Amino acid sequence: MSIDELVEVRRAPAVRHLLSINDLGRDGILEIMRLADAFAEVSERPIPKVPALRGRTVATVFMEPSTRTRLSFETAAKRLSADTMTFTAASSSTVKGESLRDTVETIDAMGIDAMVIRHHSSGAPLRVTDWIGASVINAGDGTHEHPTQALLDSYTILETLRARQGGAEPHDLSGLRIAIVGDIKHSRVARSDVLAFAALGAEVVLVAPPTLMPASIEGWPVQATGDLDAILGELDVIYLLRIQAERLGEVLLPSLDEYHWRYGLTRARAAALKKDALIMHPGPMIRGVEISPDVADLPASLVTRQVRNGVLVRMAVLFHLLGSGEI
Amino acid sequence: MADIERTVRPAGRIFIARAQVMDADEVRRALMRIAHEIVERNRGLEKVVVVGLQTGGVPLAGKLAAILEEIEGATVPLGSIDVAFYRDDIGLRPVYPEEVTDLPFDINGRVVILVDDVLFTGRTVRAALEALAARGRADSVQLAVMVDRGHRELPIRPDFVGKNLPTRRDESVDVSDQGVAIGELHTTEKESEAR
Repeated sequence: MSIDELVEVRRAPAVRHLLSINDLGRDGILEIMRLADAFAEVSERPIPKVPALRGRTVATVFMEPSTRTRLSFETAAKRLSADTMTFTAASSSTVKGESLRDTVETIDAMGIDAMVIRHHSSGAPLRVTDWIGASVINAGDGTHEHPTQALLDSYTILETLRARQGGAEPHDLSGLRIAIVGDIKHSRVARSDVLAFAALGAEVVLVAPPTLMPASIEGWPVQATGDLDAILGELDVIYLLRIQAERLGEVLLPSLDEYHWRYGLTRARAAALKKDALIMHPGPMIRGVEISPDVADLPASLVTRQVRNGVLVRMAVLFHLLGSGEI
Repeated sequence: MADIERTVRPAGRIFIARAQVMDADEVRRALMRIAHEIVERNRGLEKVVVVGLQTGGVPLAGKLAAILEEIEGATVPLGSIDVAFYRDDIGLRPVYPEEVTDLPFDINGRVVILVDDVLFTGRTVRAALEALAARGRADSVQLAVMVDRGHRELPIRPDFVGKNLPTRRDESVDVSDQGVAIGELHTTEKESEAR
């Protein structure tokens, strides 16, 4: 054994975190998908609850507004019989000037097993792992990553393919062409989705005006284009991102109307898609910008399915990190 | 005797048999006897449903239900449960569900025949009882196992037994289509690497 390996063993973390899709890798993602299947059955029961994480406490710490992600994590924790603790920046001592470190250390001192954290700074969850003893789950950090969103997106696509093929298992997403359209530059969802979709074998295309494309996508397992109409007919999945008005500090778009005209999923563009192409969006949807109001309600749209699956996948993540013991 | 590979999630282990205890015919006859005992005990099959425990109990439950249907000429609802989320060792060792639970009927007012291949500490059965209770109130739950190997850690006993088999704690019992064998579980290289 080399010295590097020895050091690696010593550093092997006793506490497991989910900060990036890369923490899971392909095998980890597939394990989460399998667990989510088991939790799908649980959630269809009259009493959709199992005692798996009885006695554990999950704290949600949201320094940025969110409804669906926070509620989804809290529902997931409760269905596993864990206790939950909620912290939102607006109603707390952070408005009195308490630092992130003091805040998370205080919450950790109350005795928690996992902290689900959303923060406006990229890398904040990683810093938090140095300060607390609980498992840290990244629920979105700045423009870095939002791993559970990518997991629920992958699960939703897999589930839809399986239902379509009458239960015959597509093992992963290989052979699929997936376009992610919109504000790639500011999107943590795009970063996590790229990693997850690529790990599962899909071919990913990023579509955005040059101002909303990251400065460099070198090393990313993707292609990129500015011309949505040219590729519409080849797509199996079109994934629309929200135009994040709150992150567009500078003027990157002439107007939202122009964006809708060039990149929005209009009825005409929806008609140019393959017949069985899937339409996805992480929410919250801004109808009339990235998607036309009527297209959002088409049967090909998986948006509400994504929300339902969010709970299943987050149950799987909590169980995977807290429940499965040392490996 | 040929090695029988069993996958123990998340890492694989290999079961190496030392002695054959029952052959395929003996397992079939034991199932036949258990089926008759079930019919006798419950005076027919009116409320009876058969539920296999993942994973070892599931094929046995299927065979048992088929024999029951043959004996009484009635259909017997068949299901399977995975008890991973009800185990008491969650967090102590890797606990993963093997399969999705499939109970396509209401258990309220039914007689549930819980089927497993090997009864050992009784902890899986305890978890199964909790999983069933979460689904409703069965009239009764009866336990059928192919092998009772002793070493109970909880006050649980089987109602129907294929064979009582005295074992050492560190031994392992394997039930398959070929019959029942006793031997040891060996850690594979893959698992050693994972540690």
